[in-house]
Amino acid sequence: MQDHGDACRLTGLGRTYGRGTSAHHALGGIDLAIRANEFFTLLGPSGCGKTTLLRLIAGFDQPTVGEIAIFGRNVAGMPPEDRPVNTVFQHYALFPHLTVAENVGFALRMLGRPRAEIAATVARMVELVGLEGMEQRRPDQLSGGQKQRVALARALAPGPKILLLDEPLSALDAKLRQRMRSELKALQRETGITFVFVTHDQDEALAMSDRIAVMQGGRVQQLGRPEEIYEAPANRFVADFIGGANLIPARMGPEGAMAEGLGTIPATGTSGAEVTLAIRPERLAILPAGGHQPGDLGPLVVAERIYMGNELSFRLEGAAVPLHVTLPRGGLRGALDFAPGDRVALRPETGAIRVLAS
Amino acid sequence: MMALLDTRARDIRNLPGVGVTAALAVAFLYAPILFLMLYSFNGGRSISRLDGLSLRWYRAVFANEEIGGAALNSVLLAVIAASLATVMATAAALAMVRMRVRRKAAAYAVLNFPLMVPEIVTAIASLIFFSAVGLGLGFGSLVIAHTTFCIPFAYLPIAARLTSMDAGLEVAAADLYARPLRRFALITLPLLAPGLLSGWLLAFIVSLDDFIISSMLAGPGSTTLPVHLYSMLRLGITPEVNAVSSLMVLASALVVILSGLISRRKT
Repeated sequence: MQDHGDACRLTGLGRTYGRGTSAHHALGGIDLAIRANEFFTLLGPSGCGKTTLLRLIAGFDQPTVGEIAIFGRNVAGMPPEDRPVNTVFQHYALFPHLTVAENVGFALRMLGRPRAEIAATVARMVELVGLEGMEQRRPDQLSGGQKQRVALARALAPGPKILLLDEPLSALDAKLRQRMRSELKALQRETGITFVFVTHDQDEALAMSDRIAVMQGGRVQQLGRPEEIYEAPANRFVADFIGGANLIPARMGPEGAMAEGLGTIPATGTSGAEVTLAIRPERLAILPAGGHQPGDLGPLVVAERIYMGNELSFRLEGAAVPLHVTLPRGGLRGALDFAPGDRVALRPETGAIRVLAS
Repeated sequence: MMALLDTRARDIRNLPGVGVTAALAVAFLYAPILFLMLYSFNGGRSISRLDGLSLRWYRAVFANEEIGGAALNSVLLAVIAASLATVMATAAALAMVRMRVRRKAAAYAVLNFPLMVPEIVTAIASLIFFSAVGLGLGFGSLVIAHTTFCIPFAYLPIAARLTSMDAGLEVAAADLYARPLRRFALITLPLLAPGLLSGWLLAFIVSLDDFIISSMLAGPGSTTLPVHLYSMLRLGITPEVNAVSSLMVLASALVVILSGLISRRKT
């Protein structure tokens, strides 16, 4: 942690494709400060602008407006070869006619480093990603996971100030993806390099990131630590995209938010304002109707019981929208089970209900 | 139970008459050439009656300085024209495939139009034009004309290879600090090599084969082998013509086989 400055500062960044009426604003009004040594994730659905943003930082594309500073130096307008940034590509983009060692040493060779230094760094990188003995293979002789490691080693070899990762795990099978998550996170801590990671997978983002920028429609919807993003979503989109939430329309009354079929939920706000209540499906306890306590929601009717192995999920009718409740299969919230038609009430955990402006 | 889509039902060999048709087609294609090759080994002077086998006409060919000179002209011309055409076709393909080209369809049509113009028209036009601008006849004019009509032949395999190549590799090279020239030399060119070679060989064969344009533009001393062969015919056909022709078939076949081997090895 030798540097607490910003690794990458984006100011008023925007990218528009085309002109006039057919113009497409891929990215707009981006103000972000990515800190040094941080694992930073750009998370969003496809088309949200996250890859465009990565391309702008890498220099594969140039912004229409705004500034990009890498460790204080403005790099907007510079080609990729002049930026102290390297990329791990989604489909790896390994050079098929070069060996693993030649791929890993490519950047150092381009930088004109001495042969001995290149050999030493390549050996160190190959060891770092656990590919000893594969140095003389070509990419078509490697498995998907091995290619992934070569791509990592190749991008890390020149010692970039920022490592950009464009959905690097999406081409791997589920098991390998799990393992690579831990390895990537460990690698980031070990090297101390700032990682900017692009993904559409919320689990990946939550598991690995120091901070996450949730993107949608070319803008940052929320910036924060994984806990903040998950526990305190800033708006409907974030609440829905990360983890899924029950989004319930409600109206502010004198004692709180009034939701159809649920009762009044304590909250403060302008009386009469339309709001949205966001509740995570796993932060609700489900009880038989009858033993109704103050603060309980309902009564509601079980419409469907969904068995998913590690979880048990219910769909409940009776509110303005169908509600989903998920119970862990251990039954931490009571080993109660229900069948369709049962009348139930819901008891939210403290702080489980977020009131979002519309 | 039969599979839903029984592939045997679609086997071309199950269609009636396929065997006979195929055999006839092959016979019509190759019988004349085999016939020509057979008579190149004729011991006698006749081109229709075999008088024992010998290599006398091959000896005559190799002893004939005019044929040797024409063959040398042809090969030299083909090498130069194919090389120039390959360079130009590569530039065109890089622009067409890798860059944003306005009116791409039009540019493509302009590039490949020479394939569709009747060759005799190109030949006469070249003759008139080169005379008009004072280039005259001779090896220089031949090089220009051959390069021109070879470009589309070189272009097609090169563009095909470039299209199937991942443009992301060049982006990755830029990301890894390679400047444009080194990107081209270290990434694009080596990966393009099989396409370049096929394009070059195709252009080489097309140039080597050409008769009409060469016959119009060749000056004294720059006669190519096909043109010389034609002039030999006018003096009467001897098995010597067969021998030269057989050697040309052999050369073409070698180039085609070579080209096939290269493209197979690289894919």
